[in-house]
Amino acid sequence: MSEDKTPDAPAVSSTRLVLTLALAGLISGVAIIGIYEATLPTITINKARELREAVFKVVPGVTRMQKLVYKNGELVSTTETEKDEEPIYGGYDDEGGFIGYAIPGAGPGFQDVIGLLYGYKPDQKLVIGMEILESRETPGLGDKIYKDAEFVANFKELSVEPEIVTVKKGQKSEPNEVDIITGASISSKAVVRIINETHTVWSTRLPQPGSEPLMTESEKTVDEAK
Amino acid sequence: MDNLVWIFISSLLINNFVLAYFLGLCPFLGVSNSLETSFRLGLATIFVLLITALCSWFLNTYVLIYAPYLRLISFIVVIASTVQFIEMLIKKLSPALFRAMGIFLPLITTNCAILGLAIFATNRGYGLIEGIVFALGAGIGFTLAMVLLAGLREESELSDIPKLIQGIAMNLIIAGILSMAFMGFAGLFSAV
Amino acid sequence: MAENQNESYETFFRGIWRDNPVFVQVLGMCPMLAVTNSAINAVAMGMATLFVLVGSSFLVSSFKQWIPKQVRISAFIIIIATFVTVADYTLLALVPKVHKELGAFIPLIVANCMILGRQEAFASRNTVRLAVLDAMGMAGGFMVALFSLGAIREILGNGSLFGVDLFGEHFEPWVIMILPPGGFLTLGLILLFFNWVTQQKDKFIEQVAEAERVASDG
Repeated sequence: MSEDKTPDAPAVSSTRLVLTLALAGLISGVAIIGIYEATLPTITINKARELREAVFKVVPGVTRMQKLVYKNGELVSTTETEKDEEPIYGGYDDEGGFIGYAIPGAGPGFQDVIGLLYGYKPDQKLVIGMEILESRETPGLGDKIYKDAEFVANFKELSVEPEIVTVKKGQKSEPNEVDIITGASISSKAVVRIINETHTVWSTRLPQPGSEPLMTESEKTVDEAK
Repeated sequence: MDNLVWIFISSLLINNFVLAYFLGLCPFLGVSNSLETSFRLGLATIFVLLITALCSWFLNTYVLIYAPYLRLISFIVVIASTVQFIEMLIKKLSPALFRAMGIFLPLITTNCAILGLAIFATNRGYGLIEGIVFALGAGIGFTLAMVLLAGLREESELSDIPKLIQGIAMNLIIAGILSMAFMGFAGLFSAV
Repeated sequence: MAENQNESYETFFRGIWRDNPVFVQVLGMCPMLAVTNSAINAVAMGMATLFVLVGSSFLVSSFKQWIPKQVRISAFIIIIATFVTVADYTLLALVPKVHKELGAFIPLIVANCMILGRQEAFASRNTVRLAVLDAMGMAGGFMVALFSLGAIREILGNGSLFGVDLFGEHFEPWVIMILPPGGFLTLGLILLFFNWVTQQKDKFIEQVAEAERVASDG
C-alpha cells in the first residue's frame, strides 16, 4: 500500500469512516452474540454441576438441593437470579427430607480473598463439611487449607457453640476446636473466622430446626432433568 | 468499612498490580528510568484508573446486565473515548496540567492495568464506592512500584554494572526482588 | 516461485526465533508472566493468543482496502476484541478449570501489544497468505516463550510438568518460582541468557573477521 509512506492519508468522507466502524461493530456484535448463544447452555450446565458437586460434598447424604434466599424476614426457595442476592442451598434426601444447609462465605485470607462453602446441620448446631471454592494462598503452605486432609477433617463434626476456636496442632479436645496447620496459621485462622462471621449472619436468619423450607416439586423435576 | 480497608490495602500492597498481577508492565519497564517521570506517570495512571472505575461501574449497572457478552468491547470503547474526551478537556482548561500529565494519557489508555482493573472489579462484583477505593489502591500501588524501580535504576546508572546484564534483564531481576519484598505484606490484614 | 517459498519460510520462522516477540522484542509481558506458573496454563494461553492473532491477521489483511486509514486502529481493536471474546467463551465452555486459573488474563489478551502491533506493522500491508504465516510465526514464538517459562517454573516450583510428578517424594520444591517473583526472575535470567548468546555470536563473528584479515594479510 503506497499511501502508507505518505504522511497524509487520502481524504475520506466522515460518513464512510462512521459507516466502516458501524459495519465492523455490527459484524463483531453478530459474531459475539452467536458464540454467546452457542456456549451458554454448556457454561450454565458446567456451573450448575460444579455447585451441585460442592454442595453434595459439604452436606453428606444429600441427593437433592434447592436454592434458598432470605427475603422479607423468611427463608424461601427460589430459582431466579437477582442482583446482590446471597443465596444458600438446602440439601434434601430422596424423599425430600431436610438434611442440612450449604452456606457460602468469603473473607480476606493470607494472600487474597478466600471463598468457601460449609455444610451446617441446624438441629445439632454442627458444621458437617467444608470446601474451599476460591483461594490464592501460598502453594505448599497456605493451600493446605484444602490440600491437607487432616485439616479439612476438622470440619466434619464441628460445633459452632459458642463459636469455633483455633488451637495448636494436636490439642483439639472440645467439639468446637480446630487444629491449626503448622506454617499456615494465618490461612487456617482465616477459614475459621470466615465460618464464624458467616454463621453470625445466618444464625438469626435460619428458621427453627424442623421448619425448614420444603423441597419444592418444580425444583425436583428440574433437578432430575439435569 | 472493614471491607473497604481490605480492598485498599490488598490492591496497594498485598496484591500490588505490578508486582503480583503483572499488570501495567510496559510503562513499568519502559518509562521507569527517571524518578520525576515515573511519579508523574503514576499520578496520571491513578487519574485514569479512577475514570475507569466510574465507567465500568456505570456499564456494569446500566448496560451489561442486559448484554453481558458485550463486556470486553464496551469496556475498551467507553474507557478509551472517555479518557480521550477528558484529555481534550484538560488541554482546553489547563494547558499547564496537560503538559504535566497529558502526554501520558494515550499511553496509559492502552495499558493492561486499566482494562485489568475494570475486569477485576466486575468479576468481584464491586459497587461504586468499592470500585473507587480499588482504583485508588491499585493506582497508588502502581505509582509506588514505579517510583521504587525508578529510584533503584537511577542509582544503578552511577554504578559499574557489567554490560551483559544492563537493560531489561536487570530491570526484571530488580522487579523480582521488589516483588519478593512485597510478598512480606501478605497476611498483613488477616493476622490482626 | 522459489523466491516466494523462501519468503514464506522466512516470514514464518522469523517470529519463532530471530524476532521472537517475547525474548527479542519484549512484548506481551503481562500475560507472559501472569499465567506461566504451570505448563498447562502457559499452553492454554498460547493457544488462545494463536487463535486471536491468526484470526485478526486474516481479517485485517483481507479487508485492508476497505478500512480507511483514519479509523484503522479502532477497526483493528474491534476485530481483536471480537476474537478475544470468542476465545473467552469457548475456553469457559470447554475447559472451565483452565479458564478459572487464567481468569481475568484471557480478556487481557486484547491489551497484548504484540497483537495490535502485528496488525499495524504487517497484516495491514501484506497479502493474506503472508499475514497468516507471519501471525502463525509470531504466535508460535510467543507460545515457545510461554511454554519455556511455564515449564521452568513448574518443574522448579512444583517438581512436576503438566501436573506429572517428576522427582518423587524427596524433592523440596522452590515455591518461590510459581509465585510472582519467580516470574520476574526467570524471565530476567532467560533474557540474560539471550544477551549472552548475542554477545558470544558477535565475538565469534569478530574473531572470524579477524582471522580472515590475518589470513589475507599473510
